[in-house]
Amino acid sequence: MEILLAIMTGILYASGIYMIMRRSLVKLILGIVLLGNGVNLLIFVLGRITKGEPPIIDDSQKVLEGIYADPIPQALILTAIVISFGLQSFAIILVKRAYKVLKTDDLDQLNTTDEDS
Amino acid sequence: MLEAVLLGFLFSIFLVFAGRYFRGKLAVLSALIPISLFVYFASFINEVAQGKVILESVEWIPSFGVNLSFTLDGLSLLFALMITGVGSLVFLYTAAYLKNHKYLDRFYGYLSLFMSAMLGLVLSDNLMSMFIFWELTSISSFYLIGFNNDKADSRKSALTALGITGIGGLLFLGGAVLLGDVAGTYRISEMLGMSDSILKSPEYILIVILIFAAAFTKSAQFPFHFWLPGAMKAPTPVSTYLHSATMVKAGVYLLFRMSPVLGGSDFWHHTLIIFGAITMLYSAIHIIFRTDLKGILAYSTISALGILVFLIGIGTQAALIAASVFIIVHALYKASLFLITGIIDHETGTRDITQLSGLKKVLMPVAIAGFIAALISGGVPPSLGFVGKDLIYEATLHFENNAILLTVIAIATNILLFYAGFVAGVKPFFGKLPDKFEKVHMPSPLMWIPPLLMTVGGLIFGIFPGLIETTFAKPIVNALVTDTEDFHLKLWHGFNTILALSATTLVLGTILYFTIKPKHKLEQAISKLDRIAPKNLLFKLSNGFVDFSSLWTSVFQNGYLRHYLSLIVAFLIIAVGFLLFKDFSLNIDLRSLSRVTIYEISILTMLLCSVLYTVFTKSRLAAVASMGVVGLSFSLLFLFYSAPDLAMTQFSVDTLTVILFVLVLYKLPKYLNLSDNKVRIKHGILSLVFGSMITLLILRVLSEPKNTEISEYYAENAYTLAHGKNIVNVILVDFRGIDTMIEISVLIVAALGVFGLLKLRLKSKDKK
Repeated sequence: MEILLAIMTGILYASGIYMIMRRSLVKLILGIVLLGNGVNLLIFVLGRITKGEPPIIDDSQKVLEGIYADPIPQALILTAIVISFGLQSFAIILVKRAYKVLKTDDLDQLNTTDEDS
Repeated sequence: MLEAVLLGFLFSIFLVFAGRYFRGKLAVLSALIPISLFVYFASFINEVAQGKVILESVEWIPSFGVNLSFTLDGLSLLFALMITGVGSLVFLYTAAYLKNHKYLDRFYGYLSLFMSAMLGLVLSDNLMSMFIFWELTSISSFYLIGFNNDKADSRKSALTALGITGIGGLLFLGGAVLLGDVAGTYRISEMLGMSDSILKSPEYILIVILIFAAAFTKSAQFPFHFWLPGAMKAPTPVSTYLHSATMVKAGVYLLFRMSPVLGGSDFWHHTLIIFGAITMLYSAIHIIFRTDLKGILAYSTISALGILVFLIGIGTQAALIAASVFIIVHALYKASLFLITGIIDHETGTRDITQLSGLKKVLMPVAIAGFIAALISGGVPPSLGFVGKDLIYEATLHFENNAILLTVIAIATNILLFYAGFVAGVKPFFGKLPDKFEKVHMPSPLMWIPPLLMTVGGLIFGIFPGLIETTFAKPIVNALVTDTEDFHLKLWHGFNTILALSATTLVLGTILYFTIKPKHKLEQAISKLDRIAPKNLLFKLSNGFVDFSSLWTSVFQNGYLRHYLSLIVAFLIIAVGFLLFKDFSLNIDLRSLSRVTIYEISILTMLLCSVLYTVFTKSRLAAVASMGVVGLSFSLLFLFYSAPDLAMTQFSVDTLTVILFVLVLYKLPKYLNLSDNKVRIKHGILSLVFGSMITLLILRVLSEPKNTEISEYYAENAYTLAHGKNIVNVILVDFRGIDTMIEISVLIVAALGVFGLLKLRLKSKDKK
């Protein structure tokens, strides 16, 4: 299964990068989302996957023992998901705003700081 | 002494505010500054002649060992008197030369700025303060060369000079820091005793190379000499003062100062002799091909500087005496010749030597000064030049190896310098006076008295060389050589080899003067070789650098996001890929992997389909919707693999993102495919290679054992220390609580940004 997940991560990376390289601003954001998911999966797989053993201590016990999923990658990914939500929502609104002012979502027409061009 | 150094600075600051009063007749009063400084320094002559060294130190930045420490020994006194003495005459001369110039006050401001910087440079005992003064001289020289800033030529020459001397200054700083590091002090007087240990240090060669680079650029040694002829674009008083008498000797001064500290090695001596010899001969030969008076003087100045470097390279006591006497000789005759050239230019409007003749009829006192200057320059007895030339021959003849070769080079150079002096000082005044110059009249005495004064001084010192011996020559030698032998400067040494060599020089020089006439043809002939001159090679180099930089910028910084991204991705592929494949081995234990079940396969298939659909669909709404499916598949995946918190977060975040997208979407333009196929295939290949590299990277990492130390710590302590049972939550809100707090503030900032962007009303200007 890990091998399939590794291939999936590669696909997510590839499609994310590809989308970021498009000229459309919307595609750029979609690319960032895909790439972000790829990174999350990368961290998750590298922390090894475990089925059905969440890192939660039983009510009767004080210490987690036996087989359990690694909590550290999960904590990292949780942070990443939330932060990327902040980034995405800001980027989406920024695109909307840029379009309202400049009437384009083509990156090639945005690469100048001059107002009149 | 600090006050003396600061006086010029203060005066130039004063001129910024009160300049307009000094443009007219009051301008001549500026000369009071150098004159009073000259008197001040002259009052030390007796003390220094008795072997005293006057030290003065003011703390500046003591924590860095940078102090304003000044020392006045024979060497600094000679330079200080030269700076203030020639300075006085030049200040007087300028009042007449640039009479009623609208920026006369500015000119005096630059001049006194320069004078102070130069004084500071020769009086500094601290390498760091010396460096600062050194840079100040370069900067003031830049302003003075570019004084006629409405002419493109002047600006270009000023930039060239600043470029060359500025680079030299930087290298000087490097050398000074290294030397200070090795010696443990920046004070030159403290370094004197450490010469042996400095010579043995591994940095020695580097220090010497840096100091040489500084001295050679400043003192216009081959191959950095070309800025000096260019600097002749400056008004003549500047050429006289900076580019012949003082500033260009700063490099020589540095070599003088450093020779007791660094001068103990063959490398030091040989390099200086070689560069000095090349410079003196190369530029002396150039003289023959010049027709502009200032050009002739510029090249003969370079040649004289070459002689000085050459003599310091020889480094024996005789050579150092010769060098110190020659500095005086050169300052006297070269400054006079420049001033005379300035008069000729001022009165006749030309400096072309082929057009000038017979001026003695109209400019008699100037002609006298010119003639004496030529005598000093040619080393004709009884002038001081004769004494100086004899000392040079004595130095070369008594050098251990290659005495004959060095003497021959010295003689050849002296013959050519004899020629230069006579062309500049005698030729314009003799012969038939052309009609167009008959109305030429004598300039103000402020202009012709200074050169006359200096040349007469040269004669008097020649007849009584003892005047120089006790005041300068001996204190200088005492400052530079540890065990000195007694010596006396004399005009007449009796009949010996040196006299014969001197006579040969004079005879051959005279023959040269009468056989070779300056012609434009010769000048044109040599200009064909300009292509391979150091000047053009260096210009080509600097132009090439500019081209290279703009090419570099247009390749790497073209403003397209995809371009930057491709470069970053390509670089990562190469860098990570190289490390990955250098020793690639995969030994994944297949048994340790989790089994593949039908549920996971179906989730993965769903994920794959939605990702591909997001990338390739032509509808934006469909892309966003399948984006949402990607997020949901992730939630399921997390749920399968024991991460319920992640699943929940991903689910809610994903829903919100899709809603936000859809809210914004209906306002956007049509979803277009903007790139052509070729670009898309290129980007596709790049992305795929990158993706497969990531896959390989993961597999590589999976084949290594995993460190579980930290996880175990949390597993053991989550409840006992933080009283939480959900370990992921405990990590976030307790163990790494501050991180989470900062994360929340990031979200708040983002939320504020979103709010602001939504609420911000467009200005009417932006709406159109």
